[in-house]
Amino acid sequence: MSMAHTETTSPAMPGIAVSHVVDPKAERDERIAVRNLNFYYGTHRALKNINVSLYTGLVTAFIGPSGCGKSTLLRILNRIYDLYPNQRVEGEVLFDGRNILGPKEDLNLLRARVGMVFQKPTPFPMTIYDNIAFGIRLYENISKSELDGRVESALRRSALWEEVKDKLHTSGLGLSGGQQQRLCIARTVAVKPEVILLDEPCSALDPISTAKIEELIDELKSDYTIAIVTHNMQQAARVSDYTAFMYLGEMVEFGPTNKIFTTPDDRRTQDYITGRFG
Amino acid sequence: MIDLYSRRRHRNSLVMGLSIGATLLGLGWLALILGALIYESFRGLSLDVFTQMTPPPGASGGGLLNPIVGSLMMSALGVVIGTPIGILAGTYMAEYGRFSPVTGVVRFINDILLSAPSIIIGLFIYEIVVAPMGHFSGLAGALSLAVLVVPIVVRTTEDMLNLVPKELREASSALGTPQARMIWNICYRAARAGILTGVLLAVARISGETAPLLFTALNNQFFSTNLNAPMSSLPTVIFQFALSPYADWQRLAWIGAMIITFAVLAFSIIARALAASRKQS
Repeated sequence: MSMAHTETTSPAMPGIAVSHVVDPKAERDERIAVRNLNFYYGTHRALKNINVSLYTGLVTAFIGPSGCGKSTLLRILNRIYDLYPNQRVEGEVLFDGRNILGPKEDLNLLRARVGMVFQKPTPFPMTIYDNIAFGIRLYENISKSELDGRVESALRRSALWEEVKDKLHTSGLGLSGGQQQRLCIARTVAVKPEVILLDEPCSALDPISTAKIEELIDELKSDYTIAIVTHNMQQAARVSDYTAFMYLGEMVEFGPTNKIFTTPDDRRTQDYITGRFG
Repeated sequence: MIDLYSRRRHRNSLVMGLSIGATLLGLGWLALILGALIYESFRGLSLDVFTQMTPPPGASGGGLLNPIVGSLMMSALGVVIGTPIGILAGTYMAEYGRFSPVTGVVRFINDILLSAPSIIIGLFIYEIVVAPMGHFSGLAGALSLAVLVVPIVVRTTEDMLNLVPKELREASSALGTPQARMIWNICYRAARAGILTGVLLAVARISGETAPLLFTALNNQFFSTNLNAPMSSLPTVIFQFALSPYADWQRLAWIGAMIITFAVLAFSIIARALAASRKQS
């Protein structure tokens, strides 16, 4: 897997700097493969024949106007949509080659391997420490000292440790929005998933917290496969290696981020990125 | 334009005046009731009320020890029986059966139960407990109170769990949390104060109930903690004593009414305080 980290500003799209340039010909390890996916809310077809891949150790950004289905797609990858009735999916999502859409799939085990961070920070009504420890205790029986270490390392990785180390046993609800979101990322990271899905993780945050979370994504991608839904094109260009542009439930274009942001194949992609619609 | 404005101002003061009047009228009756209660009961209030048994007709002195104990026992037992059933049913409706058509049916029936006249509950328990057993009993009284507790707790539990944001459930599911664990560790924790408020409101509701107890526990003029025998309670003693011609009995009825009123008031205040603390957190 070869990757050159150089800043290139596209001549076609001035102002959007792509941070990661990937070699399109390199061999990729496909962690999640979406094949011919259709999704229905009741009778409304929200996703139309989607094909896309998440590659191990890379960040894939999903962009597109509101209602285009990017969050819906993300919510299929850990089957969180299963919490609600009247939704139906067709096609395949292969996770390490195995279709996870089957009725016999153990959803709790799947979700422990495919973590998710939501748009709104969702700290649990418990202490900062317990917010992190909660997920770890679900699947691991470890000693108190080991647990302390895991909590600390999750908080360090999420760049939150310095801010909360003296108040670990106070409520997580008392943190600021940006801190709460980093707490949620720490909670997700702590259970050591293989894939992390980020559904507009910065939309409720100020620019400083956003920058911290973007740094965090860069930092985490060596160990995880990451997918991020974002409305912020600059953010997609900054954090991702691959970008998928969706429009009206269709996958318009999927490819290396530097290609999508400089020489997209589809007219609609170019229009969206240059702000002509959406 | 000025004309339009001044007309609006006048209309505003008129409506405000009417609203204030209506509020004062409502509060005025409440103040009168409380005033009469305190005036009538404080004259005869002494420690004897809490240590002596209800007196026989015509005798002076005596207290309310047996009905106080009876009320406490039956209310406590009613809450102990009714609360778990209510919480479990409410949990089914808000969590496991959230999207099930059964939930709508259960909610509808529960609402009917919630507004059912309590005398019907008393007759029901009379039919299924008192008649087969052949005698009135404290247990039957407690059961009828439990039947009153259940719908209140079902309703508040469901409402409070429904107030837990769906994002919180999604977030905990996204960690791979089994549903039972999520309900126990996250939903109950988030809804704790609200559910407790519902239980306290149920306590307040049943502590003044008379009709269901008349058909089930009846009354007992002697001190008794035997749940298999008729049991005294404050509401039934008030009912009996207030209608009697004896001044001492009437005095005790006033005191009993005051004890219930202040107990209910205390529960309501605690419930309010809990609800307020829930909003803050």
